[in-house]
Amino acid sequence: MLATQERAATRLALIAATVVLLAVLLLLPLVAVFGEALSRGLAAALATLEEPDALAAIRLTLIVAAVSVPLNTVCGLAASWCIGRFRFRGRSLLITLIELPFSVSPVISGLVWVLLFGANGWLGPLLERAGLRIIFAVPGLILATAFVTFPFVARTLVPLMQQQGAAEEEAAMTLGANFWQTFWRVTLPNIRWGLLYGVLLCNARAMGEFGAVAVVSGHVRGQTMTMPLQVEALFNDYDWVGAFTIAALLSLLALVTLAVKVVLEWRIGDRGGALL
Amino acid sequence: MTVELRDLRKSFGGVTALDGVSLTVAPGEFLALLGPSGSGKTTLLRALAGLEFVDTGDIVVNGSNMRDVPARERGIGFVFQHYALFRHMTVARNVAFGLEVRARSRRPARHDIQARVQSLLDLLGIGALADRYPEQVSGGQRQRVALARALAIEPALLLLDEPFGALDAKVRKSLRLWLRDLHDRMKLTSIFVTHDQAEALEMADRVAVLRAGRIEQVDAPDRLYAEPATAFVHEFLGESIRLDCIVSQGMARIAGLPGGVPAAGCADGKAIALIRPHEIALLPSGDAVRVDGVHSVGPMRRLRVSHQGGVIEVLLPMEAWTPSPGERCGIDLSRARVYAST
Repeated sequence: MLATQERAATRLALIAATVVLLAVLLLLPLVAVFGEALSRGLAAALATLEEPDALAAIRLTLIVAAVSVPLNTVCGLAASWCIGRFRFRGRSLLITLIELPFSVSPVISGLVWVLLFGANGWLGPLLERAGLRIIFAVPGLILATAFVTFPFVARTLVPLMQQQGAAEEEAAMTLGANFWQTFWRVTLPNIRWGLLYGVLLCNARAMGEFGAVAVVSGHVRGQTMTMPLQVEALFNDYDWVGAFTIAALLSLLALVTLAVKVVLEWRIGDRGGALL
Repeated sequence: MTVELRDLRKSFGGVTALDGVSLTVAPGEFLALLGPSGSGKTTLLRALAGLEFVDTGDIVVNGSNMRDVPARERGIGFVFQHYALFRHMTVARNVAFGLEVRARSRRPARHDIQARVQSLLDLLGIGALADRYPEQVSGGQRQRVALARALAIEPALLLLDEPFGALDAKVRKSLRLWLRDLHDRMKLTSIFVTHDQAEALEMADRVAVLRAGRIEQVDAPDRLYAEPATAFVHEFLGESIRLDCIVSQGMARIAGLPGGVPAAGCADGKAIALIRPHEIALLPSGDAVRVDGVHSVGPMRRLRVSHQGGVIEVLLPMEAWTPSPGERCGIDLSRARVYAST
């Protein structure tokens, strides 16, 4: 009797500790972000979003995501298809390379581009002569973001495609389907939820990336500032409402991503597939 | 639909899967590829379908060489071992797939496709399942769906990889006769892979026995059983008793037993004599063997007799003379077949 009570008490204490921890670590910052953003009212918060610099940051973030997410989706699909369907020399090396961005600090992920394309980098002088600017410009931001977010789609799809095997694709081939018919009608429908999940995570990271982007950005206001960089800049200017309003916008994105992710996980789990 | 395979060779990174396979399949024939796992039978089937490309050799279907023709242009139906049904499509959409992916000029109209799919499903006895998804139908039904899907493209040749491998024993038996009947009714030319000798012998017009990427023998089931060309075929099909023997001047002498077995065409020296338990007779005269046990359940009596060299199982008809346990008697092994030892 006493033992059960004690166990119940322990359980309660553990649950309480977890809840408190979650509240302090996750919920409280979120509340703080929205609270600070709205501290002078909704109108004031919305007004900061109409500042040209803020608008430029939002636009730039969308551009960066709009280029790097589709790029990584296509590359991730191709890579996972190769890895899932074929045994070839260098296959495990490819798997390792795909995961590389996860194990490298984002600062390094930005620095490699500076070393390659910067004014003093390997290809810098060449680019300068051609009149191309990559570092401290939009192409650099896209490169850095694409590098950091590369693993998301591929990592989600490789186990899924390995588990499903090639039999359905082979069946489609014997029935007369060509490569693209097989892809659109058989391969894609089978991996659609996993793919969407990977794209979602990729997008969230692409919009929220700070470290790698900070290195290649050059911090030119209104030109090379993405939303996370803009948050920092405004924060350093003591523009609390401005900083936290953009932060709140990013948090909203995170919340939406989280919600869709839960729905997707439920969908994938429901169909009996997917190791995520 | 004549299919001719000429000296097919294929290896996977140094491992030989097909080691010179030649075979001709006549129109309307139902041929079984029988062999243990790793004998190359599935590789051969996949090479026929174009899912695997051979290193050398020719695949000639109705006079045209298919060697470099991709799978999607071969028009060969393939039923996969685990069916490989499209899991996100209904049964009807699965069956319609092969028609829907055709180029517009060759694609039947939508309602024609629907009608053909429905008539195929009805023919295979699964007409009521059209709107179900693969995961909602039983294993036996899935196999019929896979078959319907392969037949929808009106294949010149139908290939089946272990068609009953994924089914339980009871369903398997009834589907065998059904499939054979379907083959005859639709005038198909079919090749199926199996590792189950009973399945091959019961269903096929001819059976090709494979071993280590080579065909050991191709023959009608009864001839395959009665006149196995090699020791491997003998032992793979039906019960066999293996006895070491020595051949000299066309007669094989079995160690520890009197008398000889004719061994025409066998070189002098060590050899193997193979015999089936029901081909052995026990004789009242003689004392070459001793009866260890008699088991009289079933249509035949099963005896265990021992001699110096070991133990032999004998199957005797109920009406045959039968010694009692402990008795000594003679043994007639003259129906044994002698093969050079490998």
